[in-house]
Amino acid sequence: MDLQKKLEILADAAKYDASCASSGTTKRDSSNAPSTGLGSSGGAGICHSYTPDGRCVSLLKILMTNACIYDCHYCINRRSSDSQRARFTVDEVVSLTLEFYKRNYIEGLFLSSGIIRDPDFTMERVVEVARKLREDHDFRGYIHLKTIPEASQEIIEQAGRYADRISINVELPNQEALDKLAPEKNIERTQQAMGGIRYKIEEDKDRRKTKSKQHAPPVPAKQLPQKLRPYSPAGQSTQMIIGADDSNDQAILQQSNRLYSSYQLRRVYYSAFSPIPDASPILPLKAPPLVREHRLYQADWLLRFYGYSVDEIVPHHAPDLDLEADPKLGWALRNRHAFPIDLNRASKEWLVRVPGLGTRTVGRLLNIRRYTGIRLVDLQKLRVSLKKVLPFIITSDHTPTRHGLDSDQLRARMITPAKPEQLELFLPPVTDRLAKICAVTGQL
Amino acid sequence: MQTITIERNFQSWRDAARSQLQLATSPDDVFWDDGTAEGGLFSAMETVPILVGEPREVRLPRDFVDLAKWVACHVDQDRWSLLYRIAWRIAINDERHLLNLETDNDVRRVYAMAKEIRRDRHKMTAFVRFRKTGINPENDREQFVAWFEPDNFIVELTAPFFKNRFTSMDWSILTPDCCAHWDGKNLSFTPGISKHEAPQTEDALDNYWRSYYSHIFNPARLKLNAMRAEMPVKYWKNLPEASLIAELTKKASLRMTDMIDAGVNESRAHVREKIPAGVPIFETHENRDPIEVLAQADSLSLKEIVDFGSTCQACGICENATQPVFGEGPEDADIMIIGEQPGDMEDITGRPFIGPAGKLLDDALELAGLNRSKIYVTNSVKGFKWKSTQQGRKRRLHDTANRGEVTKCKPWLLTELLKVQPRKIILLGATASKALLGNEFKITDQRGVLSNSPIAEKVVATIHPSSLLRIQDESAKQIETGRFISDLKLAKD
Repeated sequence: MDLQKKLEILADAAKYDASCASSGTTKRDSSNAPSTGLGSSGGAGICHSYTPDGRCVSLLKILMTNACIYDCHYCINRRSSDSQRARFTVDEVVSLTLEFYKRNYIEGLFLSSGIIRDPDFTMERVVEVARKLREDHDFRGYIHLKTIPEASQEIIEQAGRYADRISINVELPNQEALDKLAPEKNIERTQQAMGGIRYKIEEDKDRRKTKSKQHAPPVPAKQLPQKLRPYSPAGQSTQMIIGADDSNDQAILQQSNRLYSSYQLRRVYYSAFSPIPDASPILPLKAPPLVREHRLYQADWLLRFYGYSVDEIVPHHAPDLDLEADPKLGWALRNRHAFPIDLNRASKEWLVRVPGLGTRTVGRLLNIRRYTGIRLVDLQKLRVSLKKVLPFIITSDHTPTRHGLDSDQLRARMITPAKPEQLELFLPPVTDRLAKICAVTGQL
Repeated sequence: MQTITIERNFQSWRDAARSQLQLATSPDDVFWDDGTAEGGLFSAMETVPILVGEPREVRLPRDFVDLAKWVACHVDQDRWSLLYRIAWRIAINDERHLLNLETDNDVRRVYAMAKEIRRDRHKMTAFVRFRKTGINPENDREQFVAWFEPDNFIVELTAPFFKNRFTSMDWSILTPDCCAHWDGKNLSFTPGISKHEAPQTEDALDNYWRSYYSHIFNPARLKLNAMRAEMPVKYWKNLPEASLIAELTKKASLRMTDMIDAGVNESRAHVREKIPAGVPIFETHENRDPIEVLAQADSLSLKEIVDFGSTCQACGICENATQPVFGEGPEDADIMIIGEQPGDMEDITGRPFIGPAGKLLDDALELAGLNRSKIYVTNSVKGFKWKSTQQGRKRRLHDTANRGEVTKCKPWLLTELLKVQPRKIILLGATASKALLGNEFKITDQRGVLSNSPIAEKVVATIHPSSLLRIQDESAKQIETGRFISDLKLAKD
């Protein structure tokens, strides 16, 4: 099989992993190694392209092989699937990464693998790619390695030494769901592996902190030998598949909150299950609406940056997110007694709870109000949607009516009916076929 | 009104602006000409500035200078006068906090320009595509060239990014305004060229890249607006992969309906029975009632007991924890130390007393002349009970187990006691003391050696080391630590 064909098969096999981030790692470049070094990273990531599914292409995201001894129903690579199999050599992945990088197609590599022979054998090959890139080619771009929780501690430790980020996918929010759809996976083992990775990352941070205190000046990270390189400096992340099982949003968000709090994950990615070729009979044929994935990301943001608890976002009487209203508006509508909020007096914690005000806008408002009172015209200048905020706020020149805030019509006025995605130019005229697709993709 | 002639770069504007500010020239009285404006509209009105008194000292805040460097790259003709007006308002008109007022029209405009430059620069780092042209025969360095069309004058601003990233390659980035070149030693700039002057090279890797692009795309989820928002159509003409977009989008619907028409694969149903070698088998221990395990403790090894404990759901704490944490130490230990419950670090490592309180305990034991490796160290409750922090980064805060939970977990502790049968027991804190000595026990009143305890030959009750961590006052902390060590010493003989 030629390399281009392998690339096609193993990219096809990798596309269901949503993560493509290349941000948040240590700052480094190759300016001090003019003859050999290649690459730089650190700071914000760069998305080098976008595909028509709206997702960015930042990393070369491929599988080492799509052969797999596991049999997870939602996965295109499960052992009982008919999909065509291929397998890269270590050198093929190394050279594809370097050649793609030199043409500025990518920020680096995101390498994962189907499990062949056993977890350690598989991980060793994945780690060998990273080792060659770092040590033989002095590659300073971004590397994200997918880790198999069943692999040994030693090999996971090595992965973290070469990678900027390592990740383990929990896939589903609890063991019952795994038992049904991914019988070879064990959530406790996964959590222990995540705990072990967090422990290594923190131990390594402490070590570097005391090291740099002892020896001044500190040695720049890029000159450090392998043993002293920071351990997975961009942290760890995970992914949950949405809609393949019947877990509700409360179960999903509780698991996210548990994972963020317990293992200090940088991100939990939510991937709406999408139909795959050669699907397993026990999976739903219809994908969940993409908007559910979107609402989960919004809720995730509220958890991490806005100080909401899971119970506030999805209370027991409404365990699923409202698909029509974003979760912040949902909370405001359920807690109207907390409003209106005075933009000139309220604390930051309350300002960020106003529907239509993001953390950045709130930062600006706090800055501005030190010098001058906030009026509606100021909000307009900051491009705040007045329609969204007016019922909930007080400014120097505006006080909403209690009646408006308590009105039954408020919810209806606040939600904008979803617009259909513009499919002009590219698609044949709307037919039954298109209707069928929309039903399956859940696209609004 | 006077015309000030400058070159089209930040330094030139800064030098001229500084002289004008020293003269306190009003922004309404100057016209900036960087040579790109059409016809010297104001040249006829040029007047010589009238110097009033000595030139004054002018200081501009650092964040303004940084902002101005970026805005200077903007194509908008008005940028020089806008920057000068802001500089004048800050330095002469004494509006020191001007840049904080994002609702001010000048400030809004200058930030909007800076944002456009940032975006333009970012898109340049993303969408420049190098094509390999050959290898330099003199030094074997690979040579690459790219054609790019930015919206603003950002080549000089962005070139260092490419220099630091692609240091080991020779490259040129050609644009209509300015071209940047790197040869491993020098970063140089030459005037811009037109697109037809740029070399039309083919690179075999572009085919691989296009293959990758079309196969990483998921046809089941079209989101064209999201794509266009981040990769505006104006860039498509220079991206090798963009020519595929129309075809991929059109075929997406067909691929989707084909997938649905094909339906599920009934012929190759899930083959759970034929599990290949190498698949890890997780022994799932049946969920046992801890009281039942305690009753059979005599016939079970400590290892078996811990295995049963791993799936315990008696109190529910472990559902939110990583794993239950059982004791650690020799099975025939003379001394057993019993704490409250595992904490954050104990939970992720599965080992008792290794977090901050554990370190304190280790130090205290050493000072008391006791060897931790000879002691069996465990907790009254095996799971970590916690709640999330609400503000800031999500972390776990210790949450004390209630009486019901302690009672439900107690059989595990009793099982450990039965297996280890220590001669001496040290109880750390209220939870451990109350679990074994009854709810009326008060550590503050009854601290020290307890006479005639039925649970071991000698029982010492003392505080939990985590309480020492909470003492703010340094001298009080030392006194309490001393008392803690003295208590530990009581278990020595």
